[in-house]
Amino acid sequence: MLKTFRIGGIHPPENKLSAGKKITPLALPQQVIVPLSQHIGAPATAVVKKGDLVKVGTLLAQATGFVSANIHSSVSGKVNKIDNALDASGYRRMAIYIDVEGDEWEESIDRSETIVKTTSLTAEEIIKRVAEAGIVGLGGATFPTQVKLTPPPGNKAEILIINAAECEPFLTSDHMLMMEKGEEVLIGTSLLMKAIHVTKAVIGIENNKKDAIAHLQKLAVEYKGIEIQPLKTQYPQGGEKQLIDSIIRRQVKSGALPISEGAVVQNVGTAFAVYEAVIKNKPLIERVVTVTGKEVANPSNFLVRLGTPITELIEAAGGLPPRTGKIIGGGPMMGKALVNTEVPVTKGSSGILILSEKEAVRKPMENCIRCAKCVSACPMGLNPTQLMTATEFTQWDLAEKNHITDCIECGSCSYTCPANRPLLDHIRYGKGKVMGIIRARKS
Amino acid sequence: MILIAAISLGVIGAISAAFLYAASKKFEVYEDPRIAEVQEALPAANCGGCGFPGCSGFANACVKADELDNLYCPVGGAEVMSEVAKILGKEVTTAEPMVAVVRCNGNCNARPRNNTYDGARTCAIASTLYGGETGCSYGCHGFGDCVSVCNFDAIHIHPETGLPEVIEDKCTACGACVKACPKNIIELRKKGPKSRRIFVSCINKDKGAVAKKACNNACIGCGKCVKECAFEAITLENNLAYIDYTKCRLCRKCVAVCPTGAIHELNFPPKKEPAAETKVKEETIQ
Repeated sequence: MLKTFRIGGIHPPENKLSAGKKITPLALPQQVIVPLSQHIGAPATAVVKKGDLVKVGTLLAQATGFVSANIHSSVSGKVNKIDNALDASGYRRMAIYIDVEGDEWEESIDRSETIVKTTSLTAEEIIKRVAEAGIVGLGGATFPTQVKLTPPPGNKAEILIINAAECEPFLTSDHMLMMEKGEEVLIGTSLLMKAIHVTKAVIGIENNKKDAIAHLQKLAVEYKGIEIQPLKTQYPQGGEKQLIDSIIRRQVKSGALPISEGAVVQNVGTAFAVYEAVIKNKPLIERVVTVTGKEVANPSNFLVRLGTPITELIEAAGGLPPRTGKIIGGGPMMGKALVNTEVPVTKGSSGILILSEKEAVRKPMENCIRCAKCVSACPMGLNPTQLMTATEFTQWDLAEKNHITDCIECGSCSYTCPANRPLLDHIRYGKGKVMGIIRARKS
Repeated sequence: MILIAAISLGVIGAISAAFLYAASKKFEVYEDPRIAEVQEALPAANCGGCGFPGCSGFANACVKADELDNLYCPVGGAEVMSEVAKILGKEVTTAEPMVAVVRCNGNCNARPRNNTYDGARTCAIASTLYGGETGCSYGCHGFGDCVSVCNFDAIHIHPETGLPEVIEDKCTACGACVKACPKNIIELRKKGPKSRRIFVSCINKDKGAVAKKACNNACIGCGKCVKECAFEAITLENNLAYIDYTKCRLCRKCVAVCPTGAIHELNFPPKKEPAAETKVKEETIQ
């Protein structure tokens, strides 16, 4: 019996169309758009100005405050302008536009393929390099990694959990990263272990990636303390709290951080980025992005420089199919529909999913029949239908009492609802409202 | 037997009555009778426009307050306030009558839709998700959160423009729609003499070219109106003009110079014609 989390969960069709497709580097675009806010927290402050020449790896923007991240140039060329650019949600945010000229890298970056397994750096130095490289959680939450590696006082990490569940249907970027860069992922994991002073790490991989499990198990023999844990395929296993429950059978209390149970969770992509930053001195300038969809000619996994407009990726995968209904940034469960194909790839973009008109259609909403499917599906043990009603009638006290702020926005409730009720839409809104109320009360 | 039952019941009744009487005297809560009187005078809309929880809350506040300076019932207006003042024997407060104004004129023709939203149909939720169905991330969603909060049936989505339209006679300036609009499009402005008003019907802060591309009727921040205004009533900030209604003298010069037609005038008589006696038909928002 394979391990999995114990509350709720669903199993949507996996549709991993691009599994097994090699990671191919995408051709450099003509211009990249690098938003100053690609992470949770304060936007970075630009340190270049119009007309500056930059190389690959040049610092473009400095982290502002503790929860923030550096941003580096992903291409070489000239800064065209610093201006507003559309982000994925149609709002305008500040971004740096760079016209690409050639492909010149900073000399400090080691571009060789040789794998270095050991480092003499101390934990503090590793964390410093991670912060300098602007690494954020690459699973999609984009929380600055150095913050996660610095536990708040009074907490001690006991175990490192590497999130390689990739529970979102369609997405395969982490899967292919493990297949092709397995060694680097494991070194990155041991570096993270060193950074948080733990001797044990578990890489949790869902059972629908049997080849990746076998591959890493073979490699992991050489690494002390790293264990590969196959998991039963179930969504949302990649949720931090779900993964902790799956692997070490501990439940993170309502409102608490994973560190309260002694766990630090990092994405497998983050582990790879940490390897590159610490060993190769390479900042976070590119990532693996899956471009997929049932109608897409060539579902693929691309290695993309950050800031590349997503049109380029779609073109490389065979162009936009006719009768496209929706383009989603991320996976089908938690991804966001994009309003514009000019938006750039950012640190948090794990995939681009193209749905046909037929797939994208949302069925009309009907009345709640009190079947409680959403209640059984909720991985946080919440009562989604009640939370939706509380939000509809602006009963924020009731919503707060029923832990609306614990919602991880996985969308399992909306997925299971036979009446097609937009549960998550309402709960997400209510969660924001309640969090605002709590903040106002505290201050 | 019957006699005993009647006597004992009578005794119990008498004791209880005495107890209840004593209790009611001891625990009596004195309520100023004027609160009820004031509440009687109020419109009983319970809209919260005054800032108190319903009309009884407002009545309570009026009675307790020394002066009626900061208390005003937007629904009842001057008439009701003078009645309240009469009951309480206090000074009458007067406030300029206000009205809700929708500051978006991006109708379906001016602001083409470039995507379709199929989530929960409320503006509040849509705006937490993204900028909207058009290229303008400041503009009206048109799902009618303002309509559903209005207690007075004073705001409706116009079927052709897809934008909310305020029915001035019904609007009480309670401010419910102002609070409900997640885009902060609706503003309470001075009603003005004969309901005449001039305002910039746009809140797009993008640069001119970007704003114009998203919507033909957008304010592009060109500043022509600022130069034209002789009373320094117009300010330009973040590529957006704003007319201060306390300074505006309703000369209408800015309306004529606006290249995109973002400045709207309401209830003015047509130009170059002798002013008609009665109210001119309300200009439909284009």
